[in-house]
Amino acid sequence: MKHARIAYEGRVQQAWEDSGMVRLADGRRVAETEVVWLPPVTPGTILALGLNYADHAAEIASQAPDEPMVFLKGANTLVGHRAFTPRPDDASNMHYECELAIVVGRPARNVTKADAYAYIAGYTVANDYAVRNYLEGFYRPNFRIKSRDNCTPIGPWLVDAADIPDPMDLSLTTRVNGVTTQEGTTRDMLFDVPFLIEYFSSFMTLQPGDLILTGTPKGTVNVMPGDEVVTEIESIGALYNTIIARRP
Amino acid sequence: MTSDILRPGGALLSGSVYGCLLNVQEELDRLGDAIYEAPYHGVPTGPVLYVKTPNTQIAAGQPVPIPDDVDQVRVGAALGIVIKTTLTRANAAQALEAIAGYTLVNDITVPHDSLFRQPLKHKCRDGFCPIGPRLVSASDLPDPATFIVRTYVNGVCRHEFRLDQLVRPVPTLLAEISDFTSLYPGDLILAGVSPSAPLAGVGDVVAIEIDGLGRLESPLVREGEQAA
Repeated sequence: MKHARIAYEGRVQQAWEDSGMVRLADGRRVAETEVVWLPPVTPGTILALGLNYADHAAEIASQAPDEPMVFLKGANTLVGHRAFTPRPDDASNMHYECELAIVVGRPARNVTKADAYAYIAGYTVANDYAVRNYLEGFYRPNFRIKSRDNCTPIGPWLVDAADIPDPMDLSLTTRVNGVTTQEGTTRDMLFDVPFLIEYFSSFMTLQPGDLILTGTPKGTVNVMPGDEVVTEIESIGALYNTIIARRP
Repeated sequence: MTSDILRPGGALLSGSVYGCLLNVQEELDRLGDAIYEAPYHGVPTGPVLYVKTPNTQIAAGQPVPIPDDVDQVRVGAALGIVIKTTLTRANAAQALEAIAGYTLVNDITVPHDSLFRQPLKHKCRDGFCPIGPRLVSASDLPDPATFIVRTYVNGVCRHEFRLDQLVRPVPTLLAEISDFTSLYPGDLILAGVSPSAPLAGVGDVVAIEIDGLGRLESPLVREGEQAA
């Protein structure tokens, strides 16, 4: 099943995917352009991976890490499907990052790789924008590059883990104004989904709704105001976002 | 005096908890010229934030569980600033108006030297962020630049520092954060932690005080064991 959080008729509500439409709890079906899409979860903790695909690590001139390169993001970053993301006027390189996002399903502490999937509620798509020229050397990647307001679109759907038999074999695609600019597969992750659950739960308790953004493959390019960016993951969904100019 | 009991995750503390690196002058002094060298390559242009995740947040008096792989921890005394209205790209005057009040925060940290990557394994262990005991209204307190933050280990004052040595005073700090990260009602921001924060370990009782904010006391226990 694919779940969403939407605003419709003046109310925040749960909704479900149904034959390409959005089904409400009362059974009505509405077009996806008629609703306001919210992030499908409201996480307490947002964990994100950098350099988790060898080809992207090479692309941004870094060595592949021996241990997951992890950072945290604030709730201010999340916006839903079909939202708008501001590009600062002094950005010289602002790029999208199509990422498989894990949604934790139950409290997880000291979980082994073998048991990891039992702790996952499902998956969604995240677009982890970075303003690359804001990268600085302390607690890197610093918040100014990676935890910006409205710079992590997520959704549209939370897809039940049971519906994704192998999250380690999904294609990822990004299209900018209809042109494919990024293609990859989750097969190429350096640290895979079960490893990440084991790794994080070895030193902190993960809670239901917590998010793990698993990194992005090669093919990140600069985007400009007016660009429509679609990050899509096979069987999970296509997440639409439009770049706007940040108010001066 | 207006004050309310603080409960992590409760209505008054419903949001994110952010710490700030390099907001205490002594941190910069101690780095010296290393700040210009690899891997840092210069003074950051804005506040450097980190997150104390929800699993870290515990109430005053609750034991801090020290994991088996950790010997000593730094007792990172901090002034906590609680937000009452949303701040986005605010100026310092607006930021001052958005402060609900102040509390005490203990940013328990596994000691580490490198400030290059985000220190999740050092700062995000379960129970590594005692908060409280009370939220005291900003209007009942003097300018936080006059505060002295004291840290006690087993009843002995082991460290103190003055908040007049903040690199960015509280209103400026909030304003500059809000340039890229909006702050929301129920968010809590740590004004800065001294690099001279004392160490403590299992069996110690640590406490933080600022005049007017009371005392935040926490016993350190081995994870999986009860407090004595």
